[in-house]
Amino acid sequence: MDHRPQAWGRPRDDVYGAYDASYLQNSGPKTVTQSPVVTGTSVIAIKFNEGVVIAADNLASYGSLARFTDVKRLRVFLDSSVVGFGGDVSDMQFLDRHLNELAIDEAYDAAEPTPETPTSPGTLNAANLHKYLQKLMYRRRNDFDPLWNQILVAGLDAASKPFLASVDLRGTAFTSPSLATGFGSALAQPIMRKYAATEEDAARLTREQAVDVVKECMKVLFYRDARSLDKYSIAVVTKAGVELKENEQLERQSWAFAERIKGYGTQTV
Amino acid sequence: MTSIGTGYDLANSIFSPDGRNFQVEYAVKAVENGGTSIGIRCKDGVVLAVEKVVASKLLKHGANKRIATVDRHLGVVYSGMVPDGRHFVDRARDEARAWRDTFKTPIPTADLASRLGGYMQAYTLYQSVRPFGITAIVGGFDSELDTPVDGEVGSGPKCGAGGKGEGKKHGGPFLYMIEPSGLYWGYYGAATGKGRQAAKAELEKLDLSGSGALSLEEAVKEAARIIYVAHDDNKDKEFELEMSWISGADGPTKGKHQEVPKALREEAERLAKKAIEKDLEGDDDEEEKKEGDKMEE
Repeated sequence: MDHRPQAWGRPRDDVYGAYDASYLQNSGPKTVTQSPVVTGTSVIAIKFNEGVVIAADNLASYGSLARFTDVKRLRVFLDSSVVGFGGDVSDMQFLDRHLNELAIDEAYDAAEPTPETPTSPGTLNAANLHKYLQKLMYRRRNDFDPLWNQILVAGLDAASKPFLASVDLRGTAFTSPSLATGFGSALAQPIMRKYAATEEDAARLTREQAVDVVKECMKVLFYRDARSLDKYSIAVVTKAGVELKENEQLERQSWAFAERIKGYGTQTV
Repeated sequence: MTSIGTGYDLANSIFSPDGRNFQVEYAVKAVENGGTSIGIRCKDGVVLAVEKVVASKLLKHGANKRIATVDRHLGVVYSGMVPDGRHFVDRARDEARAWRDTFKTPIPTADLASRLGGYMQAYTLYQSVRPFGITAIVGGFDSELDTPVDGEVGSGPKCGAGGKGEGKKHGGPFLYMIEPSGLYWGYYGAATGKGRQAAKAELEKLDLSGSGALSLEEAVKEAARIIYVAHDDNKDKEFELEMSWISGADGPTKGKHQEVPKALREEAERLAKKAIEKDLEGDDDEEEKKEGDKMEE
């Protein structure tokens, strides 16, 4: 019998034949981070005259299983921006902790608090934050170790104008008066475009209108997206700061339309 | 210091025969030349203040802050050698971050003080280093709330965090002072630097532990006054007053360490100057009286 340490713990050649060493090689690319596991679905956001409304439901799915039903996917950064995460939840946690470190770095040399900014936010605004996340995501893509998220950043830019932009797992970044990730880009985006097709349209929207549009979109998403939930978080970002509500319930649902849906499963008519 | 010059003060980590480490004692001397810093722990927060000596008129007013934020809820101020203090603050930030990496939660003030005390003490042990030429005051407010773990996504069990006793107080304001020897104690009021004697005398007059304890805003005003009292206009160089504060989640800073807002600081300075003038007038009256007595003689 082979007593060399190299053979310890291996099947015996004389019994099982030579071991197929190709199973041991690890020269190929790492693939463990190349698919999401526990995922969040759509994040939607729309600009209005003095800020941005952003919302995401509170579900984290494990495949098609509604695994965690109280997952908060909107994160506040420096009391002045909101980051909404779609995609892998563990990657979201990683990013959340990273952004927390970044926020503490900002506190090291925070400006003196003034009556306008009583909580003394740091110098990083939403536009800066979005640019940072875009660089981070693109770098991780180039390392073949992407963070499996699509992210919306809502807040204000350097000129205190409403700012809304998206970045995905490849580092692709863009901005628009309204944005949605995941299923929302197909289901919610057309509705939001009806109200804010251009920056000018968005600048005419009031806060109440914007909130109503977003709530309507969340309802449509719950009707049509099988990985969604009727509990959601919604945040309004303005110059005054961030108002985040994390345990909202979809109201006035009507499933009457469901009767008209035909052609699924064992249905024959 | 009769044993000076006997050779036991030439190196760190060598005791003198009567059990003293002279290098550490000399480091304390360096602290005693620095601008006064004080910390006040009151019932709803902590105030840190420093007499920032203006080394040159060419320096920008209000720039080059002396009070440092270590984590959201932690501040450090120090007297003595500023570069030593800067390095010390860097270390404090590293410790606070390392704690978060490990435990996913903010470092309690007591644990930060412990780690920094250990760090300071390590610099009294080796020939290759000298002790820190600073005494640092660490102030913090440990959250009294059920705070989420860093990166937490859900709301967790409804029963709240474990280990919470009914009716027991959790979190609160904390204040520590760390000396070059590595010695640290928790304080109600701490003072170090050139004006520490006067400052300590003033701090002792305040009610910081009793039931009628000072409010945070009063403490800010007292801190400003004490720095002004500790400053000797005739001997000392010009100075700027720098102040920061930390309150609980329901207080003005919402649990964060922040610079005291300009309006409040200026108000505190105005009151401080007024109090000083009053004191001086009182002194002058007495002196005049004495002179008057002499005249009569």
